[in-house]
Amino acid sequence: MSGHAVDIALTVNGERVSERVEPRQTLVDFLRETLSLTGSHVGCEHGVCGACTVRVDGAIVRGCLMLAVQCDGATVETIEGMSDSGEVADLQAAFEQRNALQCGYCTPGMIAAAQDLLKRAKEDESVPSRDAIREHLSGNYCRCTGYHAIVDAVEAVAQARAGGKR
Amino acid sequence: MKPAPFAYKKARSLDEAIALLGEHKDARLLAGGQSLIATLNMRLSAPSLLIDINAIRGLDGIAVKGGAVEIGALARHVDVERSDVIAKHAPLIARAMPHIGHAAIRNRGTLGGSIAFADPAAELPACLLALDGEVEAAGPKGKRTVKAADFFKGLFETALGAQDVLTAIRVPAADKHTRVGFAELARRHGDYAIVGLAAAARANGKGLNDVRLAFFGVGATPVRTKKAEAALASGNVDAAVAALDLDPPDDLQATGMAKKHLAGVLLRRVAGQLIGAQQ
Repeated sequence: MSGHAVDIALTVNGERVSERVEPRQTLVDFLRETLSLTGSHVGCEHGVCGACTVRVDGAIVRGCLMLAVQCDGATVETIEGMSDSGEVADLQAAFEQRNALQCGYCTPGMIAAAQDLLKRAKEDESVPSRDAIREHLSGNYCRCTGYHAIVDAVEAVAQARAGGKR
Repeated sequence: MKPAPFAYKKARSLDEAIALLGEHKDARLLAGGQSLIATLNMRLSAPSLLIDINAIRGLDGIAVKGGAVEIGALARHVDVERSDVIAKHAPLIARAMPHIGHAAIRNRGTLGGSIAFADPAAELPACLLALDGEVEAAGPKGKRTVKAADFFKGLFETALGAQDVLTAIRVPAADKHTRVGFAELARRHGDYAIVGLAAAARANGKGLNDVRLAFFGVGATPVRTKKAEAALASGNVDAAVAALDLDPPDDLQATGMAKKHLAGVLLRRVAGQLIGAQQ
């Protein structure tokens, strides 16, 4: 510890958390190392790859481009929370069914980003096109699949949810 | 990599942020952090103190004031992107917003941060220059405004002083004669542009007046091309492309020659947007 530590209190996946953090600790490192929530992955550490995507106060962010100290008072949701609540169960099933992952490193970020698009589409009562899906996922790198299967999976869920088959 | 250690303070007012900047010479302001935190992670910058300005109230407004659209420095990209005021009164900015980063970046990144950082390949500095906008900054001696043409000084270098906090930008509100165009080429949607072009003009019958072309990704700052502007105002797109006096340096994405060629491609697309909107 370098003497700059700050006390923060936040909600992570519905649970109250109070910790003392170094200002230099990024949100994703705090989640992984302090809270042992290792579903959010660390890829490029400069906002390019999207593997660290989490939700803060309802909006997806790069976990590597926010500091833990900035999350004092915030509500943070990780892939563990989204998974446990069942909110993304259909996306997870579609990814599995369509081989939309191989190594799986990008998958938590992909699911979080896809869920963000589908949530907004539901509010607008629209179904995102393949182009819209590609554009929304453009901030998430996958080095295995070539993306087609991912777009297929997200599109299938978008249509199923619009058809009320959730 | 991980950032070098630094202290963190949350400023509650502009005066407090300005005072902290005075006390800590190597402090940095933290707004959206979408460029700053990346540079910290890479240890390209190692300030002793981050001054978080996100809690300062009243800096995130978007409103039309006296013929100008004023956007507060802490307005996040996502709020600008979804703003009806921006869509109606600042259509060039509305058109540029979807090109800025990705959804997760736009949820955090701020307009003021993008202008103050002044990345030469970023969209908003070029929009500000094309629109002949201005920047408002607060410092120890109070507030002042700087025209866009005087604001971008060099590579990541602006007219902001060591104790200045960018508080807002203002651009003229669009009217029925306003024409705008925007295009960029990037390897992946949302990445920084290889080359981009933000343009504004005034419709004059079937022609254009006051054409302002601001290219980005072609030099240390956004660059206006006045000879091409004049040629485009006279209605000659081929002459405008031929008159492009750009000399882009090579970078990781493309050679200078390729960039210059692409600038011509973009100019034709944007000319189509400016002229096509005439009917």
